[in-house]
Amino acid sequence: MSRRRPPLAPAPPGVNRRIVLSFLASAAGAVGFAVTYGLGGQTQWEGVCLAVAFAGLATGLAIWGKRLVPVGGYVEEHEGFTPPPAEQAMTAAVLTAPDSPTRRRGLLGALTLALAALGVAALFPLRSLLPWDRTRPLGALRHTPWRAGVRLVTSEGRPLRPSDIPPGTTVGVFPEGHVDAADAPAFAVRLQPERFTRPPAAGHLDGLVVHSLLCTHAGCPVRLYLDGTGRVLCPCHQSSFDLFAAARPVAGPAARPLPGLPIEVGPDGFLRATGDFTRPPGAGFWSRP
Amino acid sequence: MIVDRFARALDDRLRLSPVARRALAKVFPDHWSFMLGEIALYSLVALILTGVYLTFFFEASAADRVYQGSYAPLDGSTTSAAYASTVRLSWDVRAGLLIRQTHHWAAVVFVAAIVVHLIRIFFTGAFRKPRELNWLVGVTMLTLALANGFTGYSMPDDLLSGLGLRIIVSVVESIPVVGSWLAFLALGGEFPSTEMIPRLFVTHVFLVPAVLVALVAVHLAMVVRQKHSQFPGPGHTEHNVVGSRLWPSYTLRSLALFLWVLAVLFALGGLVQINPVWLYGPFSPAQATSPAQPDWYVAWGDGALRLFPPWEVRIGGYRVPAPFVPGVVVGGVTFLALYAWPFLERIFGRDHRPHHLLDRPRDHPVRMGVGVAALTFYGLLVVAAGDDIIARLLGVPVYDVLSVLRVVVLVLPLLTGTLAFLLARALRRGDAARLGDLTRADLATAHGAERRPPEDASERPARDRPGERVEMWPEGDVWHWRYRDAPGGLAVAGNRAASSEEEAASAARLAYPGVDRVVVPGPPLPAPGRLRTALRRWSDRALGVSLLVAALRQRRDRRRRDDGPDTSAPDR
Ligand code: HEM
Ligand code: FES
Repeated sequence: MSRRRPPLAPAPPGVNRRIVLSFLASAAGAVGFAVTYGLGGQTQWEGVCLAVAFAGLATGLAIWGKRLVPVGGYVEEHEGFTPPPAEQAMTAAVLTAPDSPTRRRGLLGALTLALAALGVAALFPLRSLLPWDRTRPLGALRHTPWRAGVRLVTSEGRPLRPSDIPPGTTVGVFPEGHVDAADAPAFAVRLQPERFTRPPAAGHLDGLVVHSLLCTHAGCPVRLYLDGTGRVLCPCHQSSFDLFAAARPVAGPAARPLPGLPIEVGPDGFLRATGDFTRPPGAGFWSRP
Repeated sequence: MIVDRFARALDDRLRLSPVARRALAKVFPDHWSFMLGEIALYSLVALILTGVYLTFFFEASAADRVYQGSYAPLDGSTTSAAYASTVRLSWDVRAGLLIRQTHHWAAVVFVAAIVVHLIRIFFTGAFRKPRELNWLVGVTMLTLALANGFTGYSMPDDLLSGLGLRIIVSVVESIPVVGSWLAFLALGGEFPSTEMIPRLFVTHVFLVPAVLVALVAVHLAMVVRQKHSQFPGPGHTEHNVVGSRLWPSYTLRSLALFLWVLAVLFALGGLVQINPVWLYGPFSPAQATSPAQPDWYVAWGDGALRLFPPWEVRIGGYRVPAPFVPGVVVGGVTFLALYAWPFLERIFGRDHRPHHLLDRPRDHPVRMGVGVAALTFYGLLVVAAGDDIIARLLGVPVYDVLSVLRVVVLVLPLLTGTLAFLLARALRRGDAARLGDLTRADLATAHGAERRPPEDASERPARDRPGERVEMWPEGDVWHWRYRDAPGGLAVAGNRAASSEEEAASAARLAYPGVDRVVVPGPPLPAPGRLRTALRRWSDRALGVSLLVAALRQRRDRRRRDDGPDTSAPDR
């Protein structure tokens, strides 16, 4: 089948050369990438070479698209979307034909019922996404591994005596055996009792208080302690809590004080809890206080 | 030749030519703002390509793993498999860091492109009937893009993303009644659960991308079916699209754009560090990094969390924690408003007509005001997410910055919105072409002036617009047509050949209703380019000169004829 092909459109001078150069630059980039990879890889060079490879192709195609083919100058008609009434009537006639399923109202009702039942039933397996051990969320959020008799340990698991808490700094403490529990981290700090403006919620041992480490705003650890002012600061949204005033929030978006942990010195001389936090730690949730 | 034969072979089996002829000739408007959606699309392609590579190396598990590799500070330490594999991917897999950083940059660019695309659609009114459906699809894709960005960000199980995830979980837990159940349903336990990372992974690499790709297909199919809208301009009507054709112009240009996007993403991925998780360290519930800023597209939520005052309300004795309003209500209202806007505008603007010609932003002052106010508001929320950094840079207490921002975030949007509204109204009613030309008189008279009726030249009968016509001519056994507006110096060609005169006529009638059609003998000169216009002007002048010469010669001839016997017949 031999059809006459129209002659090639003439190219403006220099355009072909620029396109070829771009493609060659691209090929060089590709080779550069392969070589860099082969020599052991180096992130910056890999990135630059690939970028050159793609940019070369892009430049060549862009010049081609701009200089060798028409730009603009065409129009396509738009039918609009209001169908002629006759057409609409024909579609309607198909849908309302005597044997059309859409007209058997009773059957449709039953079908809808069956589908709805199936749809609802299909939601039930979603429940399996809840915890395996069937813990209930509210209980889990309220309770932590702290309870009476649990010793306070460091992040390495070493139990602490009151003398291990020096003044002027906070020490992260964890329930023994549950160092990784995400709701249990707390910090111990030694304060001068005469500066208390409110008694700490969980009491204190000669100025030694323990509070939950989790911000009551959205749960970030309040790691920054400003010694002189007795304030701890949350790095996430800058809530600030006043440890002299029962760890009340004094600035930022947090609304509740940091829960306290009641402690005592056990017969072995180590610090231990006498119960769970005074309130659920961390962010709030739908519950009666 | 090969292409030719291959196309023919396919056509013989599938009869593609009727569809292909139209598809290849599809016209796209020539305006840069129509490329924004394409940038989003190509970033998504880049995300999928780089993401698939990452899945070969990323281990989505919270199980303990000992990292052994070339990043010395962590060598030999036990972390989660997810974190260890991300560090391995960054330090020990060749080209791994490039692909990982490119993936992250692509996510940043993807969301940015979607947002800018949405802003363009909004201010030009491209969401109006019949394109409301595609607006809904688009807003849904934006939510999915945000969700996938966040899940991806959280998967490496590093300290920074762990904090972010903890905050989001707290926000979910703040929802009244069902919050804690929802959080447990999603995580399979209390944060941070062991199921968390595998679930994030399935969501990130399969669920959301699958839905996203399906929606992209719907989105594009709808664009093809409804055709592009276009800005008003000479020859542009409500019944046509003026621009360049898919083949060959936009095939080349779109490919070029795709490759540009890849080039920029890989340059960023190679040269600009992003999310160096090995510096942050693995997640640990008792550790925090400071300062802690999220990726930009979640920063507005973070900013809202920072700004909202410590108010906890009680409903029937139950606590509604402070993050509920900034975290859930602000986000929910934002997306509800986005979904509802086209319908609100239709109802309150009492405009139920279909629109294919776009507004200029000024054409709709209310939309302009609302849009600018919203942009200011969300921009300020993003700024607020950096309040600690601002405070450090300015050397002022962070709580002063916070107090100022709390006021500014409410007041400034009102001011900018009102200003935008007034300026748009003045521009629309006055004669100023651009903002700089606006005079005080324009601003003063805008108030209370009558609204100028919308100017839609295409709706005026053609006999009020002399100089316009549609020319049709046969070429072999096919027909072509073009539209000419002689006073405007405009000529645009029908985008495809027609198989009969009637077919050409009906296309022209649809595109330019009411314009006279004439049959001309042959193809007119091609549409003028810059060079051609110069040539044409030159040849017009030449023509004028030659006409003059001809007239002079004719007169001379006549005189000669009058004078005596014709001796000098002009040679042809
Ligand atoms: C839909 C758009 C997508 C967005 C917005 C997105 C975004 C992200 C982001 C922000 C990260 C964190 C990267 C980092 O560590 O710095 C990430 C990680 C990841 N993404 Fe995606 N992604 C998308 C699609 C995909 C797809 C389609 C796949 C695979 C089929 C994928 C696979 C991965 C993997 C395996 C990681 C973890 C790798 C690592 O962090 O080391 N992503 N993604
Ligand atoms: S989490 Fe502490 S201020 Fe938000």
